[in-house]
Amino acid sequence: MSDHEYTPSSKFGKWFNDRLPLLSLVNHLTDYPTPKNLNYWWTFGGILTFCLITQIVTGLVLAMHYIAHVDHAFSSVEHIMRDVNYGWLLRYVHANGASMFFLAVYIHIFRALFYGSYKAPREIIWIIGIIIYLLMMAAAFMGYVLPWGQMSFWGATVITNLFSAIPLVGESITTWLWGGYSVDNPTLTRFFTLHYLLPFLILGLVVLHIWALHVPGNNNPVGIDIKKPSKDTVPFHPYIVIKDAFALLMFLIIFAMFVFYSPNVLGHADNYIEANPLVTPAHIVPEWYLLPFYAILRSVPDKLMGVIAMLSAILILAALPWLDTSKIRSAVFRPLYKQFYWILVADVLILGYVGAMPAEGLYLLIARIGTIYYFAHFLIILPVLGLKEKTLPLPLSITEPVLGGSPNLAAARDKVEKIS
Amino acid sequence: MSDKNDKKKTERRDFLFTATAAAGAVGVGAAIWPVVDQMNPDASVKALASTEVDISSVQPGQSLTVLWRGKPVFIKRRTDQEIQKAREVSLGDLKHPEKDEDRVKKPEWLVMLGVCTHLGCVPLTDKGDYDGWFCPCHGSHYDTSGRIRKGPAPTNMEVPKYEFVNNNTIKIG
Amino acid sequence: MRNIIKFLIILFLVLNSKSFAAENTAKFLETDWTFKGLFGKFDRASLQRGYQVYTEVCASCHSMKYLSYRNLSEKGGPEFSEAEAKAIAASFEVTDGPDSTGEMFTRPAKLSDKFVMPYANNEEAKSANGGAYPPDMSVLVKARKGGADYVYSLLLGYEDPPSGIKLDDGVYYNKYMYGNKIKMPNPLSDDLVEYSDGTKATQEQMAKDVVNFLMWSAEPHLETRHKTGFRVISYLIILTVLVYFSMKKIWSRVESKV
Repeated sequence: MSDHEYTPSSKFGKWFNDRLPLLSLVNHLTDYPTPKNLNYWWTFGGILTFCLITQIVTGLVLAMHYIAHVDHAFSSVEHIMRDVNYGWLLRYVHANGASMFFLAVYIHIFRALFYGSYKAPREIIWIIGIIIYLLMMAAAFMGYVLPWGQMSFWGATVITNLFSAIPLVGESITTWLWGGYSVDNPTLTRFFTLHYLLPFLILGLVVLHIWALHVPGNNNPVGIDIKKPSKDTVPFHPYIVIKDAFALLMFLIIFAMFVFYSPNVLGHADNYIEANPLVTPAHIVPEWYLLPFYAILRSVPDKLMGVIAMLSAILILAALPWLDTSKIRSAVFRPLYKQFYWILVADVLILGYVGAMPAEGLYLLIARIGTIYYFAHFLIILPVLGLKEKTLPLPLSITEPVLGGSPNLAAARDKVEKIS
Repeated sequence: MSDKNDKKKTERRDFLFTATAAAGAVGVGAAIWPVVDQMNPDASVKALASTEVDISSVQPGQSLTVLWRGKPVFIKRRTDQEIQKAREVSLGDLKHPEKDEDRVKKPEWLVMLGVCTHLGCVPLTDKGDYDGWFCPCHGSHYDTSGRIRKGPAPTNMEVPKYEFVNNNTIKIG
Repeated sequence: MRNIIKFLIILFLVLNSKSFAAENTAKFLETDWTFKGLFGKFDRASLQRGYQVYTEVCASCHSMKYLSYRNLSEKGGPEFSEAEAKAIAASFEVTDGPDSTGEMFTRPAKLSDKFVMPYANNEEAKSANGGAYPPDMSVLVKARKGGADYVYSLLLGYEDPPSGIKLDDGVYYNKYMYGNKIKMPNPLSDDLVEYSDGTKATQEQMAKDVVNFLMWSAEPHLETRHKTGFRVISYLIILTVLVYFSMKKIWSRVESKV
């Protein structure tokens, strides 16, 4: 795992490290050679780790006060908001934290799409990432059910009913998921259990994600392979640590603005009404981060096909390393891909917008076009583009585009060598 | 000269790093506090009201156990004999010297938390070597004033804040 | 770098803008709420008057089951004195028990008791109100799109129905209500209550006071939240600046720009 042998300087350190190479691991992580041209879009990996830990810590303490029972769930959340010391803060951090988590993960995913980080030799990192993303969606959905408001209940009803689209066994699967004939107490308690479990699975996958990353090392904005360690790299600590910290703080300022000044703006007012199985809210929408997929689901007129389309929209990402036939990673050197990339970004944003709108008339038409384009991007545009596109010449090393013809070039190189 | 400059530079840099690390540590500490404090009693627990107990039906020698803040409170109507017994003891014989007069508001009524001061079990009434209370968990003996006489418990059973609202009602808390 | 800051700020504004919510109902009435903004606080006198309106007007149908009488004297709320809050509580009867003989009994409410509910259960509430359940008002402001502005507008939005719309018995026309039909009759009229602080009890004044009170009941820690938020964000900005210069310094060993 480590790139060079490491021997602790102290005697005890050596004794300990021979038995459990924890110090070697720490040394590997701090010395880990990182491309020095990483831009700020690369800081979202660190931000995501922070989000996961925040969600686990706040979730853990909320679980000390929450009661997973249909008669008490809503009032226990009110109890947290009113009486528990700092309960309002913990709950708002957890609820808004979910949104911030998804915001960061979308930036992280679209960064990988832009710079081709999913391509060989990083396919496994990418696929683990997709699994993490899927688990995040499951965790977020089940977490949203727990306050047992109107949106919790009807969201759970709608999503679990998706499974009834499966031929033959659909109805039985739905009943099995519910533990009854509708979303009720057994559903709530199992969702709570799973909501508690999933973050730890995600944590395990994050370790694998980072492990897999440390084998080939980071991709970089130029997208070319670099030698490591070399003048193109800097040790992770302190260079990347301090840069990640800076980016994290900026992110935290936005996060804090939501928590302290608009804590409910990302949620739905209906979720402050206790669940009522007799009345459906006028307008059911999932949380914003699921809207594009919700739009895809609704754009297909057939129940089963809609579910398949929605699932495919996520799963198709796992095949991306093989759908994209281009050998060039970074969009910087792929002028055509760059344009299609931005069209895809716009397409997903539009799908998100129409996902929040009623599925009728013009919105439905836009959703259908958006859905078709989404799949066309991955299934037609990317494979063809890789073969036809005329790419720009790649530089020989990342120092070339980074420092250009700067007079500091020689001095900088000297410094790098001295440090590494 | 250049050595001096370098040194100055290092010092300034070190100061910046120290200040940054210190500010960061303060923030982490402040962020941890809500996570710790949420385990303390919440506002609804703190507001739990006092309990009023009707004692009119308790005969001399009998006792009543009521729940207050999740713990049992013993309300014992002592006989003259028991009072006398509690008051005869010289303070020198006590592990935790307290006069019986200081433990009651009316000699007839002994009100105390029914919790053994050893490890929190509930002692049995009218048991033990001193005809007071006996804790079955680890064998602590209390006298008719609820004072520890024998066994591992370190102190007398605690007297909560209470008052007589009238002759028939005690308000605990 | 700048692009990211811009991106995040734009994102915050976009997500925060109400333009997301396509409303087809009338534009809400506006009034100057003191609880909005960076340092937003409640107007204590208004909260106390609002409690009076709630208890004299709304409470006959609407429960507030998540509030306790102690909340009335807590910091950041109406801040009645403890003696006043005790007196308010004592004016209500609650059922307690069972006593030592197994009987339930009633006693005056204490600070720790929850607000007394007008009906024993939802079914009773429904049957007493022509089939419409008067919603619990503890978190009502947060449970309605448009929040305080919406509830305020609704209270002042009763009108004669436009010609062509026929209303059943017990149904009223309100231009801010979803679908314009509401089963609650216009609850407020001038001088319906008498304020002890001499404020004139106009319909607008009562609506504003009671919505202030409802905003507090939905978000009792709003003042602490604003205060803490200001401190947290100020701290984060300072730390960001420190980290920025540390980063510059560290990276100056290898690169001129970060």
